[in-house]
Amino acid sequence: MSETVRKRGRLGYLLLFPALAWLGLFFVVPLYSLVATSLFDPAGSDFRGYTMSWAWGNYSDALHEYWQPLLRSIVYGGIATALCLVLGYVLAYAIAFKAGRWKNVMLVLVIAPFFTSFLIRTLSWKLILADDGVIVNSLQFLHVLGSDGRLLATPVAVIAGLTYNFLPFMVLPLYASLDKIDHRLIEASGDLYAHPAIGFFKVTWPLSLPGVVSGTLLTFIPAAGDFINVQLLGSPNQRMVGSVIQSLFTDANNYPAAASLSMILMVLIVAMVVVYVRRAGTEDLL
Amino acid sequence: MARDVRSPRSGLTRRGVLRGAGGLALGGLSIAALDLPFFDVAGAQQNPLDCRARDVSATDKSVVISNWPGYIDPRKGAGNTRDRFEQQTGVAVEYTDDVNDNSEFYAKVKNQLGSCEPVGRDLMVLTDWMAARMIGLGWVQPLDAARVPHLRKNLIKPLQDKQWDPKLDYHAPWQSGLTGIAYNAAKTGEVKSFTELLDNKDLKGRVTMLSEMRDTMGFMLKVVGAEPHSFTADDWANAIDRLRGAVSSGQIRAFTGNEYTQDLAAGNVVACEAWSGDVIQLQFDNPDIKFVTPEEGLSLWSDNMLIPNGAEHQTNAEKWIDFYYEPRNAAKLAAWVNYICPVAGAQQEMEKIDPSLVDNLLIFPDDATLAQTWDFMPLDDRQQIAYEGDWSDVTGG
Repeated sequence: MSETVRKRGRLGYLLLFPALAWLGLFFVVPLYSLVATSLFDPAGSDFRGYTMSWAWGNYSDALHEYWQPLLRSIVYGGIATALCLVLGYVLAYAIAFKAGRWKNVMLVLVIAPFFTSFLIRTLSWKLILADDGVIVNSLQFLHVLGSDGRLLATPVAVIAGLTYNFLPFMVLPLYASLDKIDHRLIEASGDLYAHPAIGFFKVTWPLSLPGVVSGTLLTFIPAAGDFINVQLLGSPNQRMVGSVIQSLFTDANNYPAAASLSMILMVLIVAMVVVYVRRAGTEDLL
Repeated sequence: MARDVRSPRSGLTRRGVLRGAGGLALGGLSIAALDLPFFDVAGAQQNPLDCRARDVSATDKSVVISNWPGYIDPRKGAGNTRDRFEQQTGVAVEYTDDVNDNSEFYAKVKNQLGSCEPVGRDLMVLTDWMAARMIGLGWVQPLDAARVPHLRKNLIKPLQDKQWDPKLDYHAPWQSGLTGIAYNAAKTGEVKSFTELLDNKDLKGRVTMLSEMRDTMGFMLKVVGAEPHSFTADDWANAIDRLRGAVSSGQIRAFTGNEYTQDLAAGNVVACEAWSGDVIQLQFDNPDIKFVTPEEGLSLWSDNMLIPNGAEHQTNAEKWIDFYYEPRNAAKLAAWVNYICPVAGAQQEMEKIDPSLVDNLLIFPDDATLAQTWDFMPLDDRQQIAYEGDWSDVTGG
């Protein structure tokens, strides 16, 4: 292994160059600017400009002020990811093992919503969950919701929107890992008198773990930072950190606060991802 | 991987090369960093007189305009104002509807205008407070009074004497509008005041307000007995507390842009803070939607034409401004846009275009209506950051 790597090394670096240059330009530079902005003197403004004062206080201020939306983002993102995992696993399993010749059609159907804009798809959820809509009326009829109950502008609508919007990001990596599983291994577990359920947990599930890990990451990270769903389907009481950052940046023009909150979110997510990937035992993914 | 890099044969050189490249890149970056926010960012304030471009209007007969979507009569209509302008002046119009949001547009042009660079536009249309901010930043070219005679002559009285540009040196209102209350008469009784929107338990969770801070906070200031055109930090704190209470109790469902019209039409919302022009449009489909003047009064705002620094066709842009201040053209525009027409004399001209709109108080408001309007106090940069911060904390951004 190391022998081949060494032989290919030079070419490897050459091939890495375009991507590294791209990352350098569009990841490192903005990141550096973000870090710098987060430490600017908060007394600055567009009128007077900003001075670098190493204002670490921006971080504690941001945490103190916005810990609630921060926490809410992680909780909502977590719930949406868990729902996506349950829904997505079943779907990906069906596509990989049971769909037969319908496999490609089903995969296209999973991706099809991407052909319309994210915004339009989220807006149409407003129609589905409308106060006088079929769903709310049926739930009221079944007494799940009170007679003046509603779904829009509640956490339910926000989490439903997040789950819906990020489901394909879960399904595709899950499908990719499930599809690669050698069926003979599952057969072998049956031959050894394992109950299908045991076979699933001992064979299929562990072999699909890379898909589970990448799927949950691909879902959780954007879901936790999302601000569209809460803006369209939620109310101010469901505010997530993405919308806080967005309004601090574009409306209040409080760039130091917006930047430090972004950094906090980023560090928090990276830390959670590292712990998660370690625990899931798939460090080689990183 | 690290092990391979250290391999004696090629590792050292490779490492050296990488280090050298890294050093070079860093060196290059730190030169570029003079422009990056490394230790300081200069203020964005400019002097418009230093940021003038040479006016090529006479040789290059064109003008580039940025406006909000749906804010001009469509080109396919016979005798539309744009074609009329082109025929009358010989100036080709490049019209884009790329202004969707004041703050967003500000973010878009900030880097150029803040460093005296042109933005490739000769005219942009922004709401009062953003116009005030840009004029304050020195990003807007003064108009040549001699080239816009109709503006001075025909601008309606209530829109004159703005605190931020009292002599019309920099701005010309494009369209104007009222902010008040709209409600669905099929779902609720008449809603007469903003206080009612905040306190009436029957409306709980079925009320929306506008996400434009100055619209909503103007009403909130009125509710707590302060004046939007001149208020103190204490007044502000009272008003924002009052709003916070209504948000956390669940009385207010959401803060929205134009999309409140869908919720109001769908019945998710029964009463809301609303813009006059939207309500006229909604009433075409649903006569149950009513617009009321709240007891607290009305907010009168306008979207204003501004010539940004570095515009190359200032004279052509001024021709455009003056053209729309001729009553005949203003009436034609108002008949389609349905917001308040800022041009005196357009009401008489409307008689020839669409007599049904002549008496529409939301297009040509009478003096009694206008007497109840207010204007929001201009904010300085610190107030802007503090108040917008409070606002986004309460409204959820």
